[in-house]
Amino acid sequence: MFEITKKELVGPKEYSMVVKAPRIAEKALPGQFLIVRADEDGERIPLTVCDNNPADQTVTIVFQTVGAETYRMEKLDVGDHFADVVGPLGNPSDLVYKPLEELKAMHILFIAGGVGTAPVYHQLKWLHEHGVDADCIQGARTKELLILEDEMKSVCGNLYFATDDGSYGIHGNVCVALQQLWDEGKRYDHCVMIGPMIMMKFAAQLTKKLNIPSVASMNTIMVDGTGMCGACRLVVGDEIKFACVDGPEFDAWKIDFDQAMQRGRLYKTQEGRLLLEEQEGDTHEGGCGQCK
Amino acid sequence: MSITVDMMKKVPVREQDPKVRAANFEEVCLGYNGEEAQAEATRCLNCKNPMCVQGCPVSINIPAFIARVKENDVPGAYEIISQSSALPAVCGRVCPQETQCEGKCIRGIKGEAVSIGKLERYVADTAREMGIHPSAPAAKNGKRVAVIGAGPSGLTCAGDLAKLGYDVTIFEALHKAGGVLVYGIPEFRLPKEKVVAREVENVKRLGVKIETDCVVGRSTTVDELMEKEGFDAVYIGSGAGLPRFMNIPGEQALGVFSANEFLTRSNLMGAWDEKHSRTPIMRPKKAVVVGGGNVAMDAARTALRLGAETHIVYRRSEEELPARREEVGHAKEEGVVFNLLSNPVEISVDENGWVSGITCIRMQLGEPDASGRRRPEPIEGSEFHVDCDCVIMALGTSPNPLLHKTTDGLDVNRRGGIVVDDSEQTTKPGVFAGGDAVTGAATVILAMGAGRQAAKSIDEYLCGKEKAGA
Ligand SMILES: Cc1cc2nc3c(=O)[nH]c(=O)nc-3n(C[C@H](O)[C@H](O)[C@H](O)COP(=O)(O)OP(=O)(O)OC[C@H]3O[C@@H](n4cnc5c(N)ncnc54)[C@H](O)[C@@H]3O)c2cc1C
Ligand SMILES: Cc1cc2nc3c(=O)[nH]c(=O)nc-3n(C[C@H](O)[C@H](O)[C@H](O)COP(=O)(O)OP(=O)(O)OC[C@H]3O[C@@H](n4cnc5c(N)ncnc54)[C@H](O)[C@@H]3O)c2cc1C
Ligand code: SF4
Ligand code: SF4
Ligand code: FES
Repeated sequence: MFEITKKELVGPKEYSMVVKAPRIAEKALPGQFLIVRADEDGERIPLTVCDNNPADQTVTIVFQTVGAETYRMEKLDVGDHFADVVGPLGNPSDLVYKPLEELKAMHILFIAGGVGTAPVYHQLKWLHEHGVDADCIQGARTKELLILEDEMKSVCGNLYFATDDGSYGIHGNVCVALQQLWDEGKRYDHCVMIGPMIMMKFAAQLTKKLNIPSVASMNTIMVDGTGMCGACRLVVGDEIKFACVDGPEFDAWKIDFDQAMQRGRLYKTQEGRLLLEEQEGDTHEGGCGQCK
Repeated sequence: MSITVDMMKKVPVREQDPKVRAANFEEVCLGYNGEEAQAEATRCLNCKNPMCVQGCPVSINIPAFIARVKENDVPGAYEIISQSSALPAVCGRVCPQETQCEGKCIRGIKGEAVSIGKLERYVADTAREMGIHPSAPAAKNGKRVAVIGAGPSGLTCAGDLAKLGYDVTIFEALHKAGGVLVYGIPEFRLPKEKVVAREVENVKRLGVKIETDCVVGRSTTVDELMEKEGFDAVYIGSGAGLPRFMNIPGEQALGVFSANEFLTRSNLMGAWDEKHSRTPIMRPKKAVVVGGGNVAMDAARTALRLGAETHIVYRRSEEELPARREEVGHAKEEGVVFNLLSNPVEISVDENGWVSGITCIRMQLGEPDASGRRRPEPIEGSEFHVDCDCVIMALGTSPNPLLHKTTDGLDVNRRGGIVVDDSEQTTKPGVFAGGDAVTGAATVILAMGAGRQAAKSIDEYLCGKEKAGA
């Protein structure tokens, strides 16, 4: 089980893999994630389900190499097996439970940052297959970091690109892009944002100002992913919530992003942090450009 | 060399030296050897009306098995224990004997109770070394049962059903079978390879299949197991749920963990062993563990072994500590500091978001509350501060709602526990449940007892159904 049947480099440090996982292929809905373990000594790594294909019993994951464990995963090849793949975990996006008529009447905007594009693709594809075309702003620091462009185009209504350096699409981060669309008269009544927390933090501030109800998908630290360990806790409103069982999507206006970002640093040792900064020099997803 | 037995006292058991073991994860208690076990067995009075058996939740025939130990008949003793318990190597190690079998033992009135747990462990360990396994299953009866969760409860239910000829599959959410026995209770108290893996192996040997990486309620559902995958009955042994927090200021700081997270990283993911595991764990300088149960003791002693000076903060007094006596004693010997009658009010956080200390308030015991224990009340103005870089919360759990939410007709009570009748039957026909999922966090032996009861009930249910259908 859990054989890798396809592997592709889709960005400078982003890999797409197709993996045999019958139960997940059968059941996964947009918004859900899975947990993989590369080998017997490996860590449990949460990744969003980016696509699922019940016919050949596979799921697609897209991950960015950021640290030790994703680096290990990057070394796996077609024909190799993950030690474990479990899922689908978390709650599906609320959108999949809405009556189709209601969905079709909505003006939905997705905001995708960096590898967040992969889970956004899953949601857009589901909507597209149900006759709903949503818009999307896809952001990155520079053109080369925009992943899955063709796939996104095939399932999107209007797809807007935003690059910090202006090398493609709108010059500026996703917030600049949204403001620009708004000023041009575009209107949305629902927004789903998936990407780096810093991007979601500022995007949520903007959608609040523009009064577009929003949800954000939270990639907290996790261990079991089934609601046993409490590692994934975050504060939403005034309540403690658990991303793996209560989420991963939450009301973006209510999330305490600062605290969530701080908790995300837990296992970044001094050294690890340096390594990350170094790597982010090249691959930083961008987003709002507010992060130093 | 023969051992002189003081009839008033237990034959002492060999343990690793506290100073040595405080720095390793090997088992603390080394157990009796044959000679010691036989000597201890002579202390049993072989009572006509054995009180100890009444204290054991699964009514092991204690005097009978101890008599076999006295005669050095380990296979015989193992056979007797196996009639009532499926996990003797585990229960001998982790049962709260002082409130169960040994708490009732007649010897305990004037002196120390017979060391029933240590004898049980001796029998189970020796039987394993001798290669004795539980007896082989009967002929297959062609009926299929799904068991959710590979903890003590699920393993016991599955093993018993397999022995009756059922085709049983356990679905386990994690990548390893064992439940709390693998993710919660540490290696130094319950060795994972030597004891837990072997018990799991024994269950598999009976023909039980275990599918890991399958979360029922997500990867599949109870209804799908019965309607699509062809299972005739389902047993839910999914255990307790999400850790509780106190909701005090500073609880989201870096360095604040639930005991479940800390223990899962160390045990299930093996993070205590840096050489092998790639899962990170914090190695604190000074840790404060909040709580007084087994979970708190395990977290404290794990933090200690990872190099921390470790303190326990508990709001009642020593007498009320819910942990096993032996663990409290071991923790003290190893150097864990107990701050009793105190309760956290705030966690202080440094400028980088890390824990820098914890402020507690002293408590006094007032009138007894609903549980009959005297209610702890804060003493005004008695706050004190402890510097630390890590706080571990061991405050119990609240049930995981997943199965209830995804299964039609499965009722839960006010506290979120699954509702069952005396035969462990839930409100949904063909679905049974037991262990922590029903009772909330309890003990291994109770979870096992429930699994055993459920196996009987499932057998009656399916046989009855067959007769009615015939
Ligand atoms: C629900 C969910 C969905 C996710 N989906 C994707 C996805 O589709 N593609 C993708 O590339 N990444 C995704 N992530 C993030 C991914 O899990 C992390 O990038 C990965 O854990 C980093 O591991 P590492 O050892 O390579 O990195 P390191 O930086 O070495 O990790 C160090 C430690 O921090 C933890 N950690 C670090 N960053 C994260 C993070 N963002 N989330 C959780 N734990 C983290 C790791 O578990 C590890 O313990 C998702 C996370 C969650 C919770
Ligand atoms: C740290 C710690 C120390 C303890 N010490 C002691 C002690 O010394 N003595 C004692 O008697 N008791 C002790 N206990 C309590 C004891 O371990 C539990 O009461 C007992 O394990 C309960 O057994 P169970 O089979 O009901 O559940 P668990 O052991 O919790 O097993 C449940 C299993 O079900 C799986 N599961 C959950 N949901 C699903 C799902 N939806 N699909 C598939 N699988 C699922 C879980 O992953 C888990 O493996 C301790 C508990 C802890 C946490
Ligand atoms: S199972 Fe537990 S309570 Fe029963 S005899 Fe053994 S140690 Fe005592
Ligand atoms: S009560 Fe004590 S002395 Fe009597 S049979 Fe039980 S263990 Fe032996
Ligand atoms: S990851 Fe453990 S509770 Fe959510």
